[in-house]
Amino acid sequence: MSQVHYLTTPLSDEDVENLKAGDIVYLSGTIFTARDAAHKRLVDLIENKEELPFQLDGAVIYFVGPTPPKPGDPIGSAGPTTSYRMDSYSPTLIKHGLKGMIGKGKRNQDVKEACKKYKAVYFGATGGAGALLGKLIKEAKVIAYEELGPEAIRMLRVENFPVTVINDAYGNDLYEEGRKQYEVKD
Amino acid sequence: MREIAYEDIVKAVKNMVIHTATNLPEDAMKKLQEAHEKEKSPVAKKVLEQLLENAEIARTEKRPLCQDTGLAVYFVKVGQDVKITGGLLKDAINEGTEQGYIEGYLRASTCDCFTRENLKEKIGYNLPAVIHIDLVEGDKIEIEYAAKGGGSENVSRARVLAPAQGREGVIDFVKDVISEAGPNPCPPIIVGVGIGGTFEKAAISSKYALFREAGQPNPDPDVAEFEKELLFELNKLGIGAMGMGGTETVLAVHVEKNPCHIASLPVSVNVQCHSSRHSHITL
Repeated sequence: MSQVHYLTTPLSDEDVENLKAGDIVYLSGTIFTARDAAHKRLVDLIENKEELPFQLDGAVIYFVGPTPPKPGDPIGSAGPTTSYRMDSYSPTLIKHGLKGMIGKGKRNQDVKEACKKYKAVYFGATGGAGALLGKLIKEAKVIAYEELGPEAIRMLRVENFPVTVINDAYGNDLYEEGRKQYEVKD
Repeated sequence: MREIAYEDIVKAVKNMVIHTATNLPEDAMKKLQEAHEKEKSPVAKKVLEQLLENAEIARTEKRPLCQDTGLAVYFVKVGQDVKITGGLLKDAINEGTEQGYIEGYLRASTCDCFTRENLKEKIGYNLPAVIHIDLVEGDKIEIEYAAKGGGSENVSRARVLAPAQGREGVIDFVKDVISEAGPNPCPPIIVGVGIGGTFEKAAISSKYALFREAGQPNPDPDVAEFEKELLFELNKLGIGAMGMGGTETVLAVHVEKNPCHIASLPVSVNVQCHSSRHSHITL
């Protein structure tokens, strides 16, 4: 049965161990945004043993490229982007301390293995709910790669940001299990 | 000849672009509500609830429904008794698009294919728009518009089947495409299927099929029957809202069928996410 958790970042190994695919989590605290281009730069920094623009240990990365904020708002609409484009980078970040990723859509086997081996989770947020999710972001600040525009790395402060555990640290996958439950075989 | 001013086209397109980004059209809204009522999975039902709430927030607070505010796609029918004064039709549509995306605080999402450099400085903010123009009778211009997101385009596919594969072959192909897409195109989706014509005719037909009001059947009763059959088959996949498992994966299937070459059976599947942002104006 699906459980509901309220968690504050950074996430610990214990936080991750308590999560199962299908659980609903309300996240609060600081999370970081990054898409393809920013991921490539982060992995390059790790390979060159250089300092990262934020502390990766226990961190949660949100795959998002928001719309520009209206005057007075911290951020525009900000729902998840499709995650597979980050598949080639995520395992390296997980190995170096990343505990959570928020996106939408399937991840590959390497990412799922890394989640098991180093205790991390992949959360799904509701794609296309950008107006609703953007409102739950209380602060946003570009902390690196401003020249990438919507793809820059932002530090976000979120309150009760709703996500669902898709891939847990035990190898479970909600996309596969949920679909099996409702599939009608001929 | 009836004259339509360039500036009037720019203004009408701009207003349409801004409005469409924050207002989910009635047909899509109705389909989402129906899906919410019918859905058997509590997890998927919760997702559909969020989508309805999202549409309400977007409309009342004028926030874009989705951060992927899309590439601007237009199907334009120009009456042959119309004269456009003061500039070119394509330029007017592009200019209206750019103004709408800037003034509506929408995202600039066009980039170079290989360098991935955003083209907002070099070409224009979220330009160029994708514009299909047709010349028709009359003295009006009808502009149909969709803000087309990337996630659902990424799973769209086209293939030329062998004629012997026939109707069953088309069903299998559409099922394979939607099954493989799974959670990625933001289900519940609308599926546009273009059958026949040439390779590109099938692809454009599948796109145009998505411009139809959601759930509106094809006027040809045989094609309408085929749409029903596909809808039934696709909802057996169990993908559900955002792929978390459920009974409501596809909100509608729209098929456009064209005569084709004796040697071919082209078929194209274009997917529309649940945020089916489209609109039309007549000038």
